[in-house]
Amino acid sequence: MAQELDYLKETVAQTAGPFVHIGLAPGAAGFDIYRQELGRDIAGPHAGGERIRIEGHVFDGTDTPVKDVLIEAWQANAAGIYAHPEHAGEVEEGFRGWGRIIPDFDSGVFGFDTLKPGAVAGRSGTVMAPHINLWLVARGINIGLNTRLYFSDEDAANRTDPVLALIEQPARRDTLIARRELRGDAVVYHFDIRLQGDGETVFFDI
Amino acid sequence: MPKPGEFYQRDRSIQPPALAPAYKTSVTRSPNYPLLSLENTASEITGPVFGQGDIDAIDNDLIKNYAHTGDPIGERIIVHGRVLDENRNPVKGALIEIWQANAGGRYRHKKDSYLAPVDPNFGGCGRTLSDENGYYFFRTVKPGAYPWRNQVNSWRPAHIHVSVFGSAFAQRLVTQLYFEGDPLIAKCPIVNAVPDADAIAQLIARLDLNASIPLDSIAYKFDIVLRGRRSTLFENRLEGN
Repeated sequence: MAQELDYLKETVAQTAGPFVHIGLAPGAAGFDIYRQELGRDIAGPHAGGERIRIEGHVFDGTDTPVKDVLIEAWQANAAGIYAHPEHAGEVEEGFRGWGRIIPDFDSGVFGFDTLKPGAVAGRSGTVMAPHINLWLVARGINIGLNTRLYFSDEDAANRTDPVLALIEQPARRDTLIARRELRGDAVVYHFDIRLQGDGETVFFDI
Repeated sequence: MPKPGEFYQRDRSIQPPALAPAYKTSVTRSPNYPLLSLENTASEITGPVFGQGDIDAIDNDLIKNYAHTGDPIGERIIVHGRVLDENRNPVKGALIEIWQANAGGRYRHKKDSYLAPVDPNFGGCGRTLSDENGYYFFRTVKPGAYPWRNQVNSWRPAHIHVSVFGSAFAQRLVTQLYFEGDPLIAKCPIVNAVPDADAIAQLIARLDLNASIPLDSIAYKFDIVLRGRRSTLFENRLEGN
């Protein structure tokens, strides 16, 4: 017999279930309990860069909006710096780069306000195009799904992005590109996530 | 001096697959394509940082944090344990959030219509940060089992939902805690989506009489393991090199 390795095994995931809001967004569940709910403000008031809004739906394999999903966003600031001690550089006061997004229970539309992130250094001297990391949990999803949102007006950067380049099929790459629109003066990116079937979003094992 | 590097690859062979047909909702909410595996970049090895300023001291006491006219009704329990990584190192400052039904199996959620009543003194959520040793604890009432529309006579075992942040977005975890000895565990298609018996056992909190408070509360111990990471003995060109 060989020696045993004394590593532990990661605790496995379970679905967040239909009532995830009770724990992670109690206001949406219909009650008020905490002094402050976490994840409501991604960018804070002082961060530089372009203020944007992101809107969309999450669809299941029958094209039906998933109304009980909870999405978390994780992004760098406009200078491409994450608010984390292992990422060199400073972020603006109040910039956390993380947020929680709850769709409307009736329509399934989600929306969140943030700022457009800058390009982030990738592996081996590469540069990643601006992107927002997303993580989805919901009833019926046994383990959280990771994906990325890229921006339609960053075509040149997207073409050299090392993660997008890993996706063999160009049509699948397009599932990660949010479409820029102007609503009056406001910049809105439209981003739908398709869990299954035609136009299925690319999900990552990170 | 080795520095922390990439996270160990997640062992998908013990994780529940996206498609677990006996859990019916997974059928239309599971991707058909395989996941695309990424090597870690800054986007994965960083994640939000939380501090005591984000939460309040009472947030981990579900017996008191929504008490209006008295304490909630139910079995008073303590849930405690450690957050460790796969290398057995404590994870300090981990944000742990929990939510659960009340003692009758009813959730305080506008979408829950189960006929068991809401408890006016029980909210059903709590949160805390692990300490220097990775230790955390909550006080609550033991949740009841409840029916759900999977088959017509499907019942969830008593469980507490658990959400954990380590130091990295790659460690993000949502799972469920079950209670030792519950006969519904073996019947549950959500539990049985996990293909590995040891991995299921790791989701079952054990009765811990040593930590129980005599004449007050029973304790259950639940350790949580997050992904570990390599030490970069040899440069693996993670970033910018």
